[in-house]
Amino acid sequence: MTMAIQTKGVCMSFGALTVAEDINFELPVGARHALIGPNGAGKTTFVNLLTGRLTPTSGSVLLGGVDVTQMSQAERVKQGLGRTFQINTLFNKMSVLDNVCLSIAERENVSNQFWSTAASQKRIIEESLELLNLLGISGDAKVFTKDLPYGKQRLVEMAIALGLKPKVLLLDEPAAGVPSVESHRILQAIDSLPSEIAIMIIEHDMDLVFKFAKKITVLVQGKVLCEGTPDEIANDRRVHQVYLGEGHE
Amino acid sequence: MSQYIGYSANPRLRWTEVLPWVLSVLVYYFLPEYLSLGSRVLIYILFALSLDLIVGYSGIITLGHAAFFGVGAYTCGILSVRFHLTDPVISLIISAIVSAALGLITGAIILRTKRLTQLMLTLAIAALCLEVANKATNITGGADGLSGVSIAPIVGLFNFDMFGKTAFLWCLLVLFVGWYVVRRVIFSPFGASLTGIRENNLRMQAIGAGVYSKLMYVYTFSAALAGIAGALLTQTNQFVGLNVLGFEPSGELLVMLILGGVGRMYGAFVGPIVFLIAQDFLAKQFPEYWTLGIGVLLLFVVLFARGGILGMLDRILMLFKGSAK
Amino acid sequence: MDSFFASLISVAFHGLAYGMILYVISVGLSITMGLMGFTNLAHGVFAMAGGYVLVTSLSKFNIPFPLALFLSFSLIALVSVVLEKLLYQRLYGAVELEQVLLTIGIIYIGVACARLTFGTLQQPVVLPEYLRGQFSLLGRDFPAYRVFIICFSSLIIGGLWFGVERTIWGAMVRASVDHGPMAQSIGINTKRLFTITFALGSGMAGLGGALGADIVAIQPTYPLEQLVFFLIVVSVGGLGSLKGPFVAALLIGVTDTACKYWIPELGSFFIYIATIALLLWRPAGLFGKRS
Repeated sequence: MTMAIQTKGVCMSFGALTVAEDINFELPVGARHALIGPNGAGKTTFVNLLTGRLTPTSGSVLLGGVDVTQMSQAERVKQGLGRTFQINTLFNKMSVLDNVCLSIAERENVSNQFWSTAASQKRIIEESLELLNLLGISGDAKVFTKDLPYGKQRLVEMAIALGLKPKVLLLDEPAAGVPSVESHRILQAIDSLPSEIAIMIIEHDMDLVFKFAKKITVLVQGKVLCEGTPDEIANDRRVHQVYLGEGHE
Repeated sequence: MSQYIGYSANPRLRWTEVLPWVLSVLVYYFLPEYLSLGSRVLIYILFALSLDLIVGYSGIITLGHAAFFGVGAYTCGILSVRFHLTDPVISLIISAIVSAALGLITGAIILRTKRLTQLMLTLAIAALCLEVANKATNITGGADGLSGVSIAPIVGLFNFDMFGKTAFLWCLLVLFVGWYVVRRVIFSPFGASLTGIRENNLRMQAIGAGVYSKLMYVYTFSAALAGIAGALLTQTNQFVGLNVLGFEPSGELLVMLILGGVGRMYGAFVGPIVFLIAQDFLAKQFPEYWTLGIGVLLLFVVLFARGGILGMLDRILMLFKGSAK
Repeated sequence: MDSFFASLISVAFHGLAYGMILYVISVGLSITMGLMGFTNLAHGVFAMAGGYVLVTSLSKFNIPFPLALFLSFSLIALVSVVLEKLLYQRLYGAVELEQVLLTIGIIYIGVACARLTFGTLQQPVVLPEYLRGQFSLLGRDFPAYRVFIICFSSLIIGGLWFGVERTIWGAMVRASVDHGPMAQSIGINTKRLFTITFALGSGMAGLGGALGADIVAIQPTYPLEQLVFFLIVVSVGGLGSLKGPFVAALLIGVTDTACKYWIPELGSFFIYIATIALLLWRPAGLFGKRS
C-alpha cells in the first residue's frame, strides 16, 4: 500500500547541530495523525523537511510513492501537499477573500492568466466564499488580513491550505494561541475534511490531540521516541518521563 | 482613488481614469508650445508604469531599470542611423524585442538572488550597459551620441513635423496601448499573484506558485515596455545619448514613482507629470538646488508621506468622508 | 620580458593599494549591513565627505597631514551618529524599498552639497613633503604615498580585526550579526551597539576616502560612481563577514588596475561580468553566511 507521505532515514544537520536523526515516518492515506514532543524537539523542522522548505542532509521523502526529496516547495504542493505555518504566513495587505482565492487559483492553474480579470473568476470566488463560510469568517471577506485579530488570522491560514484541496495536509499548531470560538471552528473544519485526506497535526494541546488523532508520533531531540495509538502513548513511561516537570502552555 | 487589484476588486473603469487622456487632448489643442515637454511626460509615464509593475506590484527593487530604457533608445537610434530602418512601428517592435531579450537574460541572473546582491546586480548591469554604450563608439556614437536619427512617417501617412505634434500624438497612442495592456495584467489573476509574491513570497511557494517563472514573465514584459519608452524618446528627439543609461535616469524614475505613489498605477501618471513639469521650470534656473531638492523630497516622502501624492490625497479624502458622517 | 615583469609588479602594487582603500571604505558597509540589516547606499557619501575634509584641512587650513586624517575619521563618525539618530533609526524595521529611498535621498543631498560647496572639479590633494616622491624597494621605485597607503591601511585593518576578534565589543558585534534576537535576549544593548558600530564603519569610510583621495578622485560624482564597487566588495565578500570583503577588495583592486592598464578599451566591463559570474556560482558571496 502506497503511503500518502513517508520519509526514509531522513537526517538534517546544520554543521554540528543535528535537528533530525534517521527519521522513518509513514503517513497512510486517510490518516489522522499527531506529532507531539517537547519544545525544540524538531517538529516544525520535520514539517519543513516534508514540505521542501529544508532539504535533508541524507535520506528521502516520498509523496504518494514519488521521491520528492529534491523537489521545491511549490513542486510538492502541485503533487498534493498542503501545510499551515506555526506563525501566520498570510498576504497582509490583501483581503481575506483574495488570500484564499490566490490559493484556489494556483490549484486550478488559473493564476497565470493575464488577460481576463480576477474579479470575473466566479467559480473561484464562490468556492472561496464557501470555504470562508465553513470557517465562519465570510463576513470578513473584504477585510485586509493585517486588520484581523489573531484568532481570525489563524482561520485564514487554515482556509488557504484547505483551498489547495491537498491529498496530504500538515497543520503546524493550528489552534495555538487561538481563542476558543475560533479554535472550535478550526477543529470543526478539520473534522469535516474528506476521509481520504491524510492529516497530520503538530500540537501541544493534549485534549485536541487525543480527540483528533488515531495515531501519535512522539519526537524528542530530532529522533522518534515512540509511535502508537493515543492509549498506548498515554500509558508509555518514556513519554511521561519526557513531559514530566514540563509545564503546558 | 486607490487602485485595488485582486479577486475582490472592481475592474470597471472609474471616471477619474479618463482624466489623463482628456488632459492630454486639452494640452494638444491649447498648449502647443509645450508639446515637447508633453511628449517627454508621456514617455516617462510609460517608463514609470513599467517600473511600477516590478517595484510596486511584484516587490523587486531595481536601481538599473534605465538599462532597458537605454537599450530600447539605442536600438531605435542604431536601426535608423546604421541600418537605415526608419519605420517607427517596426523600430518600436524591434526595440521592444531587444529590451525584452535583455530583460530575460538579466532577469535570469538577478531574480534568484536576494536583497543587497540583487540591488547591486541591477546597478552593475546598468553600469555595464552605460560602459558598453560609452566605449562602442562605432555603433553608439560614444559620448557624442547618435544624432540625425530620422523617422519615416507613421504608416506612411503621418510625418513627424517640427512642432512635435505628430510625436506627441504618437507617444499618446503608444502610451494608451501600453496603459491598456498594463491595466488588464494588473487586474488579472496573474496580477493578483504578483501582489501575492510581493506580500509573502514564502506563502506563494507554499500554495504551489512558480514564483521565479512569474517574476521572469513580469520582468521581461516590464523590460519590453521600458524599451518601447526609450525608443519613443529617440523618435521624438531624433537623437540618443548616454543620458538614457546608468543610475541617473533609473534613480530619477524611482523618485518620480515614489512621488506619485508606488503600486497604484496612477502614481506612474502623477509622479512624472509633477516631477517633469517642476524640473522644466526649476532645474534650469537652479540646477544644484534641484538635486538638493530631490534629496530632501525623497526624505520627506519616505518619512512622512509614504504613499506619495496619491497616498496623501487618499488620506485627505478619508478625512473628508470621516467628517461628513 | 623584463618590462612585462616590471609592469606586472607595478599593476600588482597599484592594485594592492586600490584594493586596500576599497576594503577600508567598504568593511563598514559589510558590518553594518550584516549587523543592522539596513541597506545603506549612502555609504559612499561618507567616504566622499572624508575626502573633502582631508583636502580642505590640508589646503585651506594648513592642518598637518596626520591630524587631517584623524579629522576625516572622527568628523565623519560624528556626522554619521547624528544622521543615524535623526534619520536611519526611524527605518530600522522598515521595508527595504524605504531604506533604499532614504539613502538615495541622502546621496542626492550629499552630492548637491558637495557641488555647491566645492564645485564639480576633482579636488587636488596636497601631500606633505615626506610622503611625496619615490620609495626604493628591491631595486625598484614605488610612489611613496602608495607605499604609505598600503602600510597604513594594513595597520588599520589589523587593528579592526584584532578589535573584532579579541575585544568585548567585537564579541557583541559577532553575536549580534550571527543572531540578533538571541543577542538581545542575553542583554546586549543592540541599539547602542548599532550606533557605535555604525559610527566606526562610517568613520572608516571617511578615512578610506581621505587616504584614497589620490587614487579615487574626490568629486561630487563620487558616491554614485563608486557605489557599485563598494556593493560588489560586500556582496562578493559576503555580508557581515570581515575576511571575505578583504579578499574581494584585493581581487577587484588588482583586476581593475590590470584591466585599465592592459585593456583600457574594456574599462570596468570585465569587473561587472566577473562579479555577475561569481555571484551566479556562489550567491552568498565567497565567504557569506548561509541563510
